Amino acid sequence: MSDARSEILSRVRDALADVDPAALPVESPPGAAPTDVLTRFAERVADYRAEVVRCSPDEVAARVADSLVEGSRVVVPPGLDVDVANAFVDEGLSAAELDRVDAVVTACRLGIAETGTIVLDHEADQGRRAITLVPDRHICVVRAEQVVADVPDAMPRLDPGRPLTWISGPSATSDIELERVEGVHGPRTLIVVLVDGNQSTSTSVGDRDGS
Amino acid sequence: MTARGAVVHWARDAADANRVIVDVARTHAVDEVVKVKSMVTQEIDLNGALADAGIAAWETDLAELIVQLGDDLPSHILVPAIHRNRAEIREIFLRRMHEVGRPAPTELTDEPVVLAAAAREHLREKFLRARMAVSGANFAVADTGTLVVVESEGNGRMCLTLPEVLVSVVGIEKVVPTFAELDSLLRLLPRSSTGERMNPYTSMWTGVTPGDGPQEVHVVLLDNGRTRALADEVGRQALRCIRCSACLNVCPVYERVGGHAYGSVYPGPIGAILNPLLKGTGDPQTDSLPYASSLCGACFEVCPVRIDIPEVLVHLRTQVVDARRDDSVPKPEAVAMRAAGYAFGNARRLRWAERVSGLAGRALTRFGRSRLPGGRAAAGRLPGPGAAWTGARDLPAPPRESFRAWWRRTKGGRVDE
Repeated sequence: MSDARSEILSRVRDALADVDPAALPVESPPGAAPTDVLTRFAERVADYRAEVVRCSPDEVAARVADSLVEGSRVVVPPGLDVDVANAFVDEGLSAAELDRVDAVVTACRLGIAETGTIVLDHEADQGRRAITLVPDRHICVVRAEQVVADVPDAMPRLDPGRPLTWISGPSATSDIELERVEGVHGPRTLIVVLVDGNQSTSTSVGDRDGS
Repeated sequence: MTARGAVVHWARDAADANRVIVDVARTHAVDEVVKVKSMVTQEIDLNGALADAGIAAWETDLAELIVQLGDDLPSHILVPAIHRNRAEIREIFLRRMHEVGRPAPTELTDEPVVLAAAAREHLREKFLRARMAVSGANFAVADTGTLVVVESEGNGRMCLTLPEVLVSVVGIEKVVPTFAELDSLLRLLPRSSTGERMNPYTSMWTGVTPGDGPQEVHVVLLDNGRTRALADEVGRQALRCIRCSACLNVCPVYERVGGHAYGSVYPGPIGAILNPLLKGTGDPQTDSLPYASSLCGACFEVCPVRIDIPEVLVHLRTQVVDARRDDSVPKPEAVAMRAAGYAFGNARRLRWAERVSGLAGRALTRFGRSRLPGGRAAAGRLPGPGAAWTGARDLPAPPRESFRAWWRRTKGGRVDE
């Protein structure tokens, strides 16, 4: 196909013969700068019908345990630094095996306050992409220092060489008569445990209409 | 991308691209592939090419699934099944799902949440079994080799992560120079397309990641008319399109006629310029698209990447007209315009034309049987090519007397009629 490559590239060069190639990179407009980034983050994540639990560092294990349904099968990535009782570590489970898992607990790379997004780069504390996709319940631990204000603050902190998954609330569709339905193929429940100083509050948006 | 373990293919046109994908499927002896919703694979009719090779392609986006099971065509860029109501969707699921996989539950109701759950069960079987997936990409980053897919249901993540082999078809206009420049686009796209601050899922991947996701990754870089569009100085701005569908949602024409009326994969205002730019003039269907507009400019107002669609529409209209200027048999419109130009060009010829028109008015109202609201006489059915017009509409009969004849007869209104 190398001849197709040179053919297409020469067509591009011919087409752009009249264009000055000295264009500068497009600068992004600055993002939002809320005074309380963590509160904005918690609000925006909850607005997407995810549950947000704020807690102090020594409460993390307990809050994660609260978020799990008793007796469910829970998988964790190999590098997770939170103790999850009765969980087993992912060692390359097949898709069919993952389909029999009820929940997954992971860390994240960062959180974006303005858009209510968590970003995973699938390092050892977050695991392979499949483990946060197939189980129906995802509990994600976000540390205060990982939360940035807006997308422009996030980009320089991400490594494009790694696979990246941006998650804003549980999976959703509006394909049937534009009525929003949560949980089509991805996890139907997303719980974000926000680890922050000494606060211990819960922002849960059960039936707010986010569509 | 090559440095990160992906195989890069270049495709001049749809046939090139489909050949690459069928070859990859044959190499792995798969008889089915799962697909992420993508405009570009519609553009090259990949599903048709795979079917010809005996390979089933399963659409996994809920709306695309509805369209595929209904043997239908998408009618909107973002919500392809917007023309189907919940009762129709239930009927399609009950009738077709069991023919291609896990049947719909018998107690299926027409509530969206129940229908979505049925689609989840039906498709999960396919995700867990599929060994090969095909996707498009919303963006491709030149300096890092990263591909980006923006979605909301998670079907994209399923296709991009679970199978062993992944082929992504990427139009060459999707390339963004640097990773940092994704920033603006990722903020613009969800806000302009669904009004969300961010779509539920965005996946980015760069080649192969050992131990995670597909271990064989192919990328097909597709031209298929994009360099032709790039060579058009006015039209090339259409290549900036990020397929957010904002222009469809405000278009008064699209709102009335729907996506199918455009007869193309890309509907609405953006389709009316993209299709002629990609294919060039000459096809009657494509040539008609620049005229399917009131030029009201609403599409330009909402476009987040500032594509001046009305400007391009007018530009393409001139191309269509210029391409037909030397036809041996001119179009009826051209004949009519030439005749009108001849009549209006000279006062005596105009007076003569007015008298003919007045006589025709008398004749038509004598034979015509209908009156328009307000009492004006309407002509009956016209013979010949005019019948297509009068078959569905009333044609007001020409006035018996022209303004200039009335002016002469009444001395400018001073003499009573």
